[in-house]
Amino acid sequence: MNWFYFSSPPTFFRLAGRLAPWFFILAAVLAAWGLYLGLLVAPTDAQQGAVYRVIFIHVPTAWMSMFLYFVMACYCGLTLVFNTRLSAMMARAIAPTGAMFTFIALWTGAFWGRPTWGTYWVWDARLTSELVLLFLYFGYMALANAFEDPRRGDRAAALLALIGVVNLPIIYFSVQWWNTLHQGSSVSFKGTSMHVTMLTGMLVMSFAAWMYAIGATLVRVRSVILERERRAQWVREAGAA
Amino acid sequence: MTIWWSSWSDFWAMGGHAYFVWMSYGALLVAIVVELVLLRVRRQRALAAIEEERDLEAEN
Repeated sequence: MNWFYFSSPPTFFRLAGRLAPWFFILAAVLAAWGLYLGLLVAPTDAQQGAVYRVIFIHVPTAWMSMFLYFVMACYCGLTLVFNTRLSAMMARAIAPTGAMFTFIALWTGAFWGRPTWGTYWVWDARLTSELVLLFLYFGYMALANAFEDPRRGDRAAALLALIGVVNLPIIYFSVQWWNTLHQGSSVSFKGTSMHVTMLTGMLVMSFAAWMYAIGATLVRVRSVILERERRAQWVREAGAA
Repeated sequence: MTIWWSSWSDFWAMGGHAYFVWMSYGALLVAIVVELVLLRVRRQRALAAIEEERDLEAEN
């Protein structure tokens, strides 16, 4: 199999167009199932009351905010090392969706925190490092678009994204390293302390968020490809593809 | 797999936490709708730019 086949923008443009709808359909089905479990079936938490149901979107969006940054940084690494075109376009396509999930993780955390902690916001290590993640996404997008030559923007922003990777372990381990107001993980590789319906709902919602992120990235990367390759022969021949 | 709530009004009330729960879920819904609209706008702009390019070419 020729791995470089799909890394050519025209080929990937068509592949992304064919795949994207399936990821959206998968995301919708999973979200319907996850919301059914999380909002309707799962029992109300004895300590927190019904507000705990925010975790069914808080935890998946927070996981996705970090995971998407990691994937974006991998594409940025490829961009810097191999100077590949499609990797830079993929990184640009992931960033807005990553920023969206980061914002929602912060927002839902605030609305969970108000009744639970008594405050919308506190400068706790977990919350602050997640806010830094949001600014890293914004910084990446601003820098990528700050140059006349998009290839220079790709490389400058890729460097920023790679430096920002140090923030990921800080977010993840912040609840262990510092005495944070934010609680420790309910789910870890060692197991969980959660009710099985709660856990299933959260995992299903996480897969829904993941599939949505892939769908949105594939749709956006098609626009990025068109913007960048609009003078290329294949784009002009394809007409209003 | 039984439903936890005894009625729909019970469900919407979220045990008195309706404001916080629905502000969270509502924000996610709005964010997704906004993103999907922006994706559409971006695609249309990209296609328009290609058309422009082609028209310029035809004039020269």
